Amino acid sequence: MITLFVNGLEVSAEEGTTILELARSYGFPIPTLCHMDGLSPYGACRLCVVEIGEGSNAKLVSSCTYPVEEGLRVRTASSRVVRARRMILELLLASCPQSKTIQDLASAYDVHQQRFKQEYEDCILCGRCVRVCEEQMRAKAIGFRGRGERRSLGTPFDQKSEDCRLCGACMYVCPACQLRCTYTEPEKAICGGCANLSPPCLKKSSFDDLMCYMEPCVACEIKKD
Amino acid sequence: MNPDHIREIIDRHEGGKKGGMISILEEIQSHYSYLPEEALKIVAEKTGRSLVDLYGVATFYKAFSLKPRGEHLISVCLGTACHVRGGPRIAEEFERQLEIKAGETTKEGEVSLETVNCLGACALGPIVTVDGHYFSNVTPAKVKEIVHKARVGLDGVNIHTDERIFPIEVACAHCNHSLMDPHYYIDGYPSIKVTVSFEQKHGWVRLSCLYGSFSVEQEYEIPMEAVVNFFCPHCHAELRGALECFTCGAPMVPLSVRGEAGIIQICSRRGCKGHWLDLTG
Repeated sequence: MITLFVNGLEVSAEEGTTILELARSYGFPIPTLCHMDGLSPYGACRLCVVEIGEGSNAKLVSSCTYPVEEGLRVRTASSRVVRARRMILELLLASCPQSKTIQDLASAYDVHQQRFKQEYEDCILCGRCVRVCEEQMRAKAIGFRGRGERRSLGTPFDQKSEDCRLCGACMYVCPACQLRCTYTEPEKAICGGCANLSPPCLKKSSFDDLMCYMEPCVACEIKKD
Repeated sequence: MNPDHIREIIDRHEGGKKGGMISILEEIQSHYSYLPEEALKIVAEKTGRSLVDLYGVATFYKAFSLKPRGEHLISVCLGTACHVRGGPRIAEEFERQLEIKAGETTKEGEVSLETVNCLGACALGPIVTVDGHYFSNVTPAKVKEIVHKARVGLDGVNIHTDERIFPIEVACAHCNHSLMDPHYYIDGYPSIKVTVSFEQKHGWVRLSCLYGSFSVEQEYEIPMEAVVNFFCPHCHAELRGALECFTCGAPMVPLSVRGEAGIIQICSRRGCKGHWLDLTG
């Protein structure tokens, strides 16, 4: 067992546990977007940053990928951590403002405005769908394409994948997918998806095959119509 | 595209079992000038990798193209130094004259245009290369001439038939500091002094400045055929260009030629005589 300190509390953990798992099991809340139980840690969204070390050696690390160390001093909500998270949330709001998940997180951190150029992306590249497709569904139908600002998610050559079984897991785990019930008018986005009793997309003939057990909505391809 | 040929390439790389995925893709690309969709599917099937991973690699690296490329490739540098000296205007001028956007190929498949982030000769910017030939201090007015030369085709100086021997004075292509050592003579002329690293050892190498002479002296013995890294002794930047030696495939080392505003590239492999002199810019 490894002994360390989380927010001053002396705790112990098995070797190989991540700081995130440890902190959550002791009830210290850490917000996450790209993390999901059952999927490999990825460290993409950076929302789970915590401060480790002391004085001038203190640094921010992503708790979902950092394994516990003997005698480590972790602070999960220091002012530096909160500042970093607020900045990340502002950037997320700048790229993906319609996501209810992101809006809720921003609101919880008292972020009501962002200072950057407003975009209306429908993906934060958190990689949850890629990992669920590979690790849980064993399909590997979707993946990352390109790099830098052109990085995107999808199937090779944008064709219908032969490996895809239309299980819908990728949509189910997406933290940004609230966009999909706004049709083609993201600027006027008032999601309301959760209030829809029947998903609007099902009425479209092209979605006949989809097994719609998901709420609030299904069709990530809605924008292509 | 011939599916059997693709399978042959994969077999030559031991079926991709020991990694080597990028080498397979490189070989396909060098044959067809791009990665055909069918070829990627064959590679995925035969090596047991998922098509998603292959597609991810093929779109990640700029060296791979999923669209057919032209016979000649024009690369316009938009690195920091070239950018501040007007690189974007040069790129626009090429786009206007070739009537294509960067990353595209002209209709007849003749010329492809791309923008790159550094060609390793910042002191001579803005830089444009045509099939590996450097053009330095490019202005929008020179674009037309470069396009013409690209269409006609450029060839390297053939060292077997070219018997001209003359001294050249070279400088670092990064900091423009002279690399000539006036206190150390080789072949009766001041030598070119650079730093090389090889197997954790750093030392100087002095080259003859006579074009056509391959005399070299070195601090540590470097075995023949070894590829070494060259550095500028003044700014310590690594001297490494985008081009590969057309004889042996090792990276070429670009040095800027004083007076003529040209570039000479020498092969980084010990004993290889591959080199390329461009005074056209």
